[in-house]
Amino acid sequence: MSIEIRDVTKHYGSFQALKNINLTISKGELVALLGPSGSGKTTLLRMIAGLESVEEGSISFDGKDLSTVHVNQRDVGFVFQHYALFKHMTVFDNVAFGLNIRKKSLRPSKQEIEKKVHELLELVKLSGFAHRYPSQLSGGQRQRVALARALAVEPKMLLLDEPFGALDAKVRKELRRWLRKLHNEMHITSVFVTHDQEEALDVADRIVIMNKGKIEQVGTPSEVYDKPVSPFVYDFLGNVNLFHGRLQQGKLNLGSAQLDAPDYIDKDETDAVGYVRPHHLTVERVRQSKDEIAAKITFMHSIGPTWHIEMRREDIDAYVEVELSKEEFMQLDLKVGEIVYVSPKEMKVFIPEDFII
Amino acid sequence: MEKSNNSGRVKGQKSAVKGVLISLMLLYLTLFLLVPLIFIFVKAFEQGTAVYFAAITDSDALSAIKLTLLVVIITVPLNTVFGIAAAWCITKFQFRGKQLLLSLIELPFAISPVIAGLIFILFFSPRGALGSLLMDWGIKIIFSVPGIIIVTMFVTLPFIARELIPIMQTQGKAEEEAAISLGASGWKMFMLVTLPTIKWGLLYGMILCSARAIGEFGAVSVVSGRIRGMTNTMPLHVEILYNEYQFSAAFAVASLMSLLALVTLSIKSFIEYKTEKQQVGE
Repeated sequence: MSIEIRDVTKHYGSFQALKNINLTISKGELVALLGPSGSGKTTLLRMIAGLESVEEGSISFDGKDLSTVHVNQRDVGFVFQHYALFKHMTVFDNVAFGLNIRKKSLRPSKQEIEKKVHELLELVKLSGFAHRYPSQLSGGQRQRVALARALAVEPKMLLLDEPFGALDAKVRKELRRWLRKLHNEMHITSVFVTHDQEEALDVADRIVIMNKGKIEQVGTPSEVYDKPVSPFVYDFLGNVNLFHGRLQQGKLNLGSAQLDAPDYIDKDETDAVGYVRPHHLTVERVRQSKDEIAAKITFMHSIGPTWHIEMRREDIDAYVEVELSKEEFMQLDLKVGEIVYVSPKEMKVFIPEDFII
Repeated sequence: MEKSNNSGRVKGQKSAVKGVLISLMLLYLTLFLLVPLIFIFVKAFEQGTAVYFAAITDSDALSAIKLTLLVVIITVPLNTVFGIAAAWCITKFQFRGKQLLLSLIELPFAISPVIAGLIFILFFSPRGALGSLLMDWGIKIIFSVPGIIIVTMFVTLPFIARELIPIMQTQGKAEEEAAISLGASGWKMFMLVTLPTIKWGLLYGMILCSARAIGEFGAVSVVSGRIRGMTNTMPLHVEILYNEYQFSAAFAVASLMSLLALVTLSIKSFIEYKTEKQQVGE
């Protein structure tokens, strides 16, 4: 089922939670709504589900406007951050709930329900747990029960609100891979909310990046990562070093060094900021050109195969963070307190005035 | 060595404090609860079982018992419905004046029952705001059963709502939203998801509500008019008997009320035990 969101706006009292949201989600897509807390992503998801009313604009499924359709008629499967399992029911009864409450004429027979529930429990790898209560399960198991429960009613779309937010890192990674696999098999239109950029980049077909109730950028994981359209997106999707300077004839002048900014060849004499990811910086022990930035190493530590090096710029009071692979690091043989020369391999320049709201 | 001695001394002091506190508490409870309770039963049977049974099977006594039970049967279900509705709207919705509604629900706790009775007298008396109108239609509230029921409802109104609000607040909305998103109607959601999670708290509130409805004296005594065999509830009947120097009879009816209280108390303890078990289960 495709979802169309047109000019949706939402207020909570005087707080504007969503401003003019336009978004189309095609059939079978797995879309991530990514943003910091308070960006409106959960509100948007809850509006799609019908758990929040639409004030202005419209949301339609397959071209049918849903403003007046109640949640329980929308055919959506909703998965909550804190599972929201029915504590007083067994795993079996939880999964069977959506089928058991149907009107007699629409309800499958007892055997069919039983078969369906066992199939789903197998799918979520919890076959032996049918008679346990939610309190007897781990967080990851609970969330899988919640997924099975949502899938039992064969929803036309699956909506997940920070589904792995309450789980520890390892289980989280396992479950999101599993969700990806499940999606590949079932092709059910899915939207999930997350504040974890890694999770979004890892799982989603498309990512919708939200900030302060607005959509900043929509695109595939590589599009948003490699071609961020705003400083916010750049900043949100990973660590970043900022180089403040002035644009002069296609160069970003930092005072001590001039960095290439070919996108802005026609802009002159404006303040601008260069955004560089820590792994897009090269480090040299000996100065190669005058456009390298001298910096003193203040701290180094390794996380797995990458080395993180913090250094303080010599020209101004600012820190630079560099990521090197183990090999590069070994070759350079860096020491704390040494002065090295860094230069960006890739840089994205934004003119701050363009992004003032 | 010295160290262990020290800790031994501390432990000794601790257990001494514990012992003193426990015995003080037991003494206190015995003096103010147990002795009076035993005294009721001793007094009730002072003149033998014949007098006892005569007192509680007396037609006035029986009608007082019946009236008290009638009040409970009407008051508790109505306050249950009100309590659930109030707790629901306070915990599940955001609206203006929510704090005011919360304070209003607690108002009966703050107002003396006698004052509550007087308010209803003023309101429903033939010269009162609503009383004259009802009088024209031939409906009598004050000095009759409806008045007793109304004041009892007023006095016991907070019990169930107050019991449910904290439970429903910690429960949140997610489970109910899950039920709805799975296709449940509002009614099914309430019966299958909400009610099971609040049932022990609800029962607890109903027990407290019943206990108070049985025992309410002040407010009821103001509006009832104490017409024997008609508008006399059990506590009022006890008082009348006592004022007429029929001590054994008074204590016999009082012992019956005490028995009712003991029964409610044990049901209440059972429910507490159950809820605790449920919470441990979570």
